[in-house]
Amino acid sequence: MSVPIQPLAVSAYTATSALGHGLESHVAALAASRGALRPNDFSSAPLACWIGRVDGVEEASLPAAHAVWECRNNRLAWLGLHQDHFLERALDARQRYGAARVALVLATSTASMGATEEAYRRLDEQGQIPPDLRRPLIHSPHSLAGFVAEALGLEGPCLTVSTACSSSAKVFANAERLIRLGLVDAAVVGGVDTLCDSVLFGFNALELVSPEPCRPFDQARRGISVGEAAGFALLERIEAAPRALRLLGYGESSDAHHMSTPHPDGLGAELALRDALARAGLRADQVDYINLHGTASHKNDEVEAALIARTFPASTRASSTKGYTGHTLGAAGILEAAFSLLAIQYGLVPGSLGCTTPDAACGPQLALENEQRQINVALSNSFGFGGNNACLAFGRAPA
Amino acid sequence: MSSLSVFVEGIGLWSPALGDFAALRAQEHGQAVTPPPAKLPATFLPANERRRAPESVLLAVEVAGQAVAMSERSASELPCVFSSAYGDQLISDYMCATLALAPTELSPTRFHNSVHNAPAGYWTIATGCHAASSAICAGPASFGAGLLEAASFSQAEQRPVLLVCSDIAGSGPVGEMNGSRTNFGCALVLAPEQGLHSLAKLVLTLEPHAGLALHPGPPSGAWHEANATAASAWPLLQNLAHGEGHCTLAAAATLALRVSMEKVA
Repeated sequence: MSVPIQPLAVSAYTATSALGHGLESHVAALAASRGALRPNDFSSAPLACWIGRVDGVEEASLPAAHAVWECRNNRLAWLGLHQDHFLERALDARQRYGAARVALVLATSTASMGATEEAYRRLDEQGQIPPDLRRPLIHSPHSLAGFVAEALGLEGPCLTVSTACSSSAKVFANAERLIRLGLVDAAVVGGVDTLCDSVLFGFNALELVSPEPCRPFDQARRGISVGEAAGFALLERIEAAPRALRLLGYGESSDAHHMSTPHPDGLGAELALRDALARAGLRADQVDYINLHGTASHKNDEVEAALIARTFPASTRASSTKGYTGHTLGAAGILEAAFSLLAIQYGLVPGSLGCTTPDAACGPQLALENEQRQINVALSNSFGFGGNNACLAFGRAPA
Repeated sequence: MSSLSVFVEGIGLWSPALGDFAALRAQEHGQAVTPPPAKLPATFLPANERRRAPESVLLAVEVAGQAVAMSERSASELPCVFSSAYGDQLISDYMCATLALAPTELSPTRFHNSVHNAPAGYWTIATGCHAASSAICAGPASFGAGLLEAASFSQAEQRPVLLVCSDIAGSGPVGEMNGSRTNFGCALVLAPEQGLHSLAKLVLTLEPHAGLALHPGPPSGAWHEANATAASAWPLLQNLAHGEGHCTLAAAATLALRVSMEKVA
């Protein structure tokens, strides 16, 4: 069993998704129960489904100094860094601690795969990648972290975590270990995943894509809606920001069951949850809100609903926000960490948009409509292919 | 603190010329070595999984299995970190080629095998491991960053950890972008404290602002230059084979990781 950790300050955070650029647009959309899924207008060939696409990515070109990193995923990263003064806050941390004392741990599932796909659609006469895309840096899974490290001028440990849809929850764990050991004083964590053919046609091939906007936990749910997002958080020791919201704990586990379906009893999900509560030094009944993984896939929601129903009292409120944003894959962990932090900050339990008749496995914890209440502790679940699970625990500074 | 120590308890290795760590040690001591069979044994996988698993998974599982066997630890208890600079490049090439021509014909199995954590997934499923598993990369610094990640996990959590670093040969237009032309994998079981199975102590020290020192020299034609993981892991593996030595690895673009090896008492 894990032992409690020293909480860390989340001294800055930001999110950009189909709901808009920055936190304010997210709060406004949640408060109005206004989702942002749209009919698929993205894939290079028609595919009838709904997507969570971020507006304005195409216009967010990188400064000339970083042109070698140009691709849609890095444009979304650049756009995301500029919201909520995050860029300034990260540069300020670099100034205070030194560039080598700030770690960068970023998550992505497909990085700039969209650029590689584009290259294959227009190979040159020799069957090679066309000259404008002949930039090895963007055909690597490290493209995102490499770009952001350069853009922020960070020179500490720099890592890409790519465990599919749990990736950007796990980055908090990597950062906490580096800070706990004293190898760094702060960490920029986050994740960016953009829409691309690989994920749209890949999930379609697995028959996991819904023909209608996704409906997490609804009896009549028909699968996921794929989305895209960028999110970042700055983690420091609490002395540096005593009033900031806090990372209280995290849990990580493996299902050891199947590559693309969850353990039927939610074994790995429960291990990650228990691990997070143990590190946070919390009992289940102290949890006020849980942002669920809730993808609207048949299996995930059934297994996760049963786990919540058997573990928490009815006073713990739980919901999925994927009906608002779609499933943002490698960015889901950080986006939903942001929703959890916003829930604490604004006392807002977002309703499970798209769910009208809950699955029989759901307990009384599932919030269908928005609820206003004091939230001191919030959890966020993230589960990925390969049976990779993570759970985060956030809270406020003691009064 | 800018340094930490770990104890090596198991070493796995695979290249077209060297089938395990014993072969490397023999070669380093001037003995003749028979190359391993071309087909990766990956015996930790059940036979049906071995048939289904892509090349990147077979390679990672093979070296992981060697390291765990040497450590005599139980694979099901070991948290694991899988590092690869480029992931499964054969699948990347297949996916991009298929998406360009007939996107709706994409294979669902190849899609779920395309995730960077496919080796971690197959490994934890085959060994019944419920511990934390991760899949990471850091470009050309993927080996050094992986070593730092596994060592910091081991020290922070006071648990032995399995580190697996591997890259397969590239293929197609995307393969030409990264110059990976051969298979190579290695694995280490790292423990926070000295134990009965300790083979060596590694003292890792972060040395920041090391940009120029980390730039690779001009190509010498050595075989390990044909694989990002081999090129970066080779100095440490040679030290392990000789039982002593220091080396400097890249842990990030300008962050060096000095690895001093000490014999265990």
